Amino acid sequence: MALVLNDDQKMIREAADGFFADAAPVAEHRRLRDANDPIGFSRATWKAMAEMGFAGVMVPEAHGGAGLGAVEAGLVLEAMGRNLSAAPMLSTALLGATALVKGGTAEQQANHLPLIAAGERLFALAADEAARHAPFHVATFAEPSGNGFRLSGIKPFVLDGGAADWLIVAARTDGETGDRKGITLFLVPANAAGVSIARRSMVDSRGTARVTLDGVEVDGADVLGEVGKGGRLLEAVLDVGRAGLAAEMLGVAGQSFATTVDYLKQREQFGAKIGSFQALQHRAAHLFCEIELARSATLRALQALDAGDAQAPLFVSLAKAKAGDVVKLATNEAVQMHGGIGMSDDYDIGFFMKRARAAAETFGDSGFHGDRMALMIGY
Amino acid sequence: MADDLESFRAEARAWLEANCPAAMRAPVKREEDVCWGGRNFVFSSPEQKQWLDAMAAKGWTVPEWPVAYGGGGLSRAEAKVLAQEMRAIRARPPLSSFGIWMLGPALLKYGSEAQKLEHLPKIARGEIRWCQGYSEPGAGSDLASLRTSAVREGDHFVVNGQKVWTSYADKADWIFCLVRTDMAAAKHLGISFLLFDMASEGVSTSPIRLISGASPFCQTFFDNVRVPVENLMGKAGKGWDIAKYLLTHEREMIGGMDGADTRSSVSQIAKKVLGENIDPLLRAEIIRHEVDAWAFLLTMERVKDEARAGQGTGALSSMLKYYGTELNKQRMELLMSVNGSDALAWEGDNEGEGDLARSWLRSRANSIEGGTSEVQLNIIAKRVLALPGA
Repeated sequence: MALVLNDDQKMIREAADGFFADAAPVAEHRRLRDANDPIGFSRATWKAMAEMGFAGVMVPEAHGGAGLGAVEAGLVLEAMGRNLSAAPMLSTALLGATALVKGGTAEQQANHLPLIAAGERLFALAADEAARHAPFHVATFAEPSGNGFRLSGIKPFVLDGGAADWLIVAARTDGETGDRKGITLFLVPANAAGVSIARRSMVDSRGTARVTLDGVEVDGADVLGEVGKGGRLLEAVLDVGRAGLAAEMLGVAGQSFATTVDYLKQREQFGAKIGSFQALQHRAAHLFCEIELARSATLRALQALDAGDAQAPLFVSLAKAKAGDVVKLATNEAVQMHGGIGMSDDYDIGFFMKRARAAAETFGDSGFHGDRMALMIGY
Repeated sequence: MADDLESFRAEARAWLEANCPAAMRAPVKREEDVCWGGRNFVFSSPEQKQWLDAMAAKGWTVPEWPVAYGGGGLSRAEAKVLAQEMRAIRARPPLSSFGIWMLGPALLKYGSEAQKLEHLPKIARGEIRWCQGYSEPGAGSDLASLRTSAVREGDHFVVNGQKVWTSYADKADWIFCLVRTDMAAAKHLGISFLLFDMASEGVSTSPIRLISGASPFCQTFFDNVRVPVENLMGKAGKGWDIAKYLLTHEREMIGGMDGADTRSSVSQIAKKVLGENIDPLLRAEIIRHEVDAWAFLLTMERVKDEARAGQGTGALSSMLKYYGTELNKQRMELLMSVNGSDALAWEGDNEGEGDLARSWLRSRANSIEGGTSEVQLNIIAKRVLALPGA
């Protein structure tokens, strides 16, 4: 497949760029941060995103969605990255919808997918337990109980956990912590008895929560996919999220770079525009190349997911590793080249660095994904 | 349209099947497997000559050049199909040539009709081998400060000066050469582009030995070389525009626009050489390199796809040259580490002994030749990012 966007995709990119620049620019993120907003996004923005078709971008048309793929979802996330727009896009439109599409029964799909597309139901993936991403490090236990299970455990890093209506919980029905086998995914209402959700204030001011499960009762109808075989489903869901994060990081890197290049053209020191200094020109030119590489890897990963390519996980790890390193470089260079003002909270560039760090860490950093990619090619 | 392309494919496949000798359907392994053509070229086999002659008669040594100049007159899409069909039977390139890669495109754009008719068919048929007279001892990255002079005397220019890093000057028949025709003009404006015969009186060459050993590079000396004025390409004083145009082609060639993906990866080699016996830091370095190498290959693919879709972002040849050559240098460093003390071998009785150390040393030049990495970064800063001049 050619590594270019088709005409429809270019239209979506334009629509998304226009929408987020207008409805959820960096100033809106700053407002939410200053207001210490408990969920970190505006529900009105999410509603408007649903009207634009973004919330249901990956939901099949039969369930009221746009029936599009990861490439289109990635374009939305890239535009969100450029504007630092906060919304439950990743948690609900990518992770939630993908989990239901890939693992849900017809009934589960009919129950949830139309509401996701309408922007009326939010999901959060409660999977990670280790601080450093390790998807099968699941100690949360599903104890058999009557016709169902009782879930107990702690999920310390749940994206949009504070706003979610439903949780997708990874719990162990068999095996040891760290095993891929024996994991089961459960659909759990956020208001179920035994679920407590505590907001965690994080560096990027997004709505992250610690979710504690204390004997939460679930039955067979709440199982997503097959009992004991949730590891594979979880990986497939995570891969869509990772590729989406790569796209968001591409947006964060691209916008912080554009802002920095503008600054280099305006700021004067020693009687000259600082952008005329070769020490800065070469670093900017190098960064340009790095962002181009991240762009190629990300587009290939998103395309591979949509094509159902067997190599999709390989390209996803490539993209997450490369985009993660590049966005950290881009935002660190941005602050350094801005000098003192780059450290000032009044100036926006620091927000880009904060989001870059969080997005690079989420679902595996470049160390995790470089290693995963190497293992997949037998190294 | 698609039907036409498919009928062309069938036609090309049948013709290649009938005309490509079996011996020419194997990868190029040794230097003598490469056909450079030229007056003094010694073919390493009758099949090598047969293959060149057959392709040249068809115009397919330069498939996209016009038929009138010895080309095949193919469209971009047809040329791509031809390349695919050649790859499918593992056909060697019939002819490798600076005339094809570098001078030809510039001649097509800037040459007079008489120059095109004189030189292009001989390039296409592999009759004349060209070399490039650009760098001088005092003009490397600052190429426009070159001082080789060409002074008009009647219907001749008289050329005096010295070039350096002239690849295959000792084997080439003709040279395309940057000379200064106007000593008074600003440095970029006094340069002209001359074509002349290396057999002219007053031309001499001397080979350059590199840190990696013998090399195709030469120093080239001009002592009162008389060049007919009709060998001036483009207008006097406009040579710099041609030089820049041609350098873009050279950059794309060195940056590895083609073929880099056929080499085995460092991780595969490391696994073969070291097995599990590798320290985690070296493994981590190799993986980081491989992430960049994959992302770079995808970027070359994307740049080509965008060009094909008419979405070219332009000025990206500098990016590919810069990143590709730096990656290759890193790759050679890692291969040296993987092979440990064996990689240090310089000469020996075993086949291939010394190759790795020489390739490692030779690769140091990748980020120097054809415009240094620093010059590429300057170009990106100026043309892509539009950063202000110093």
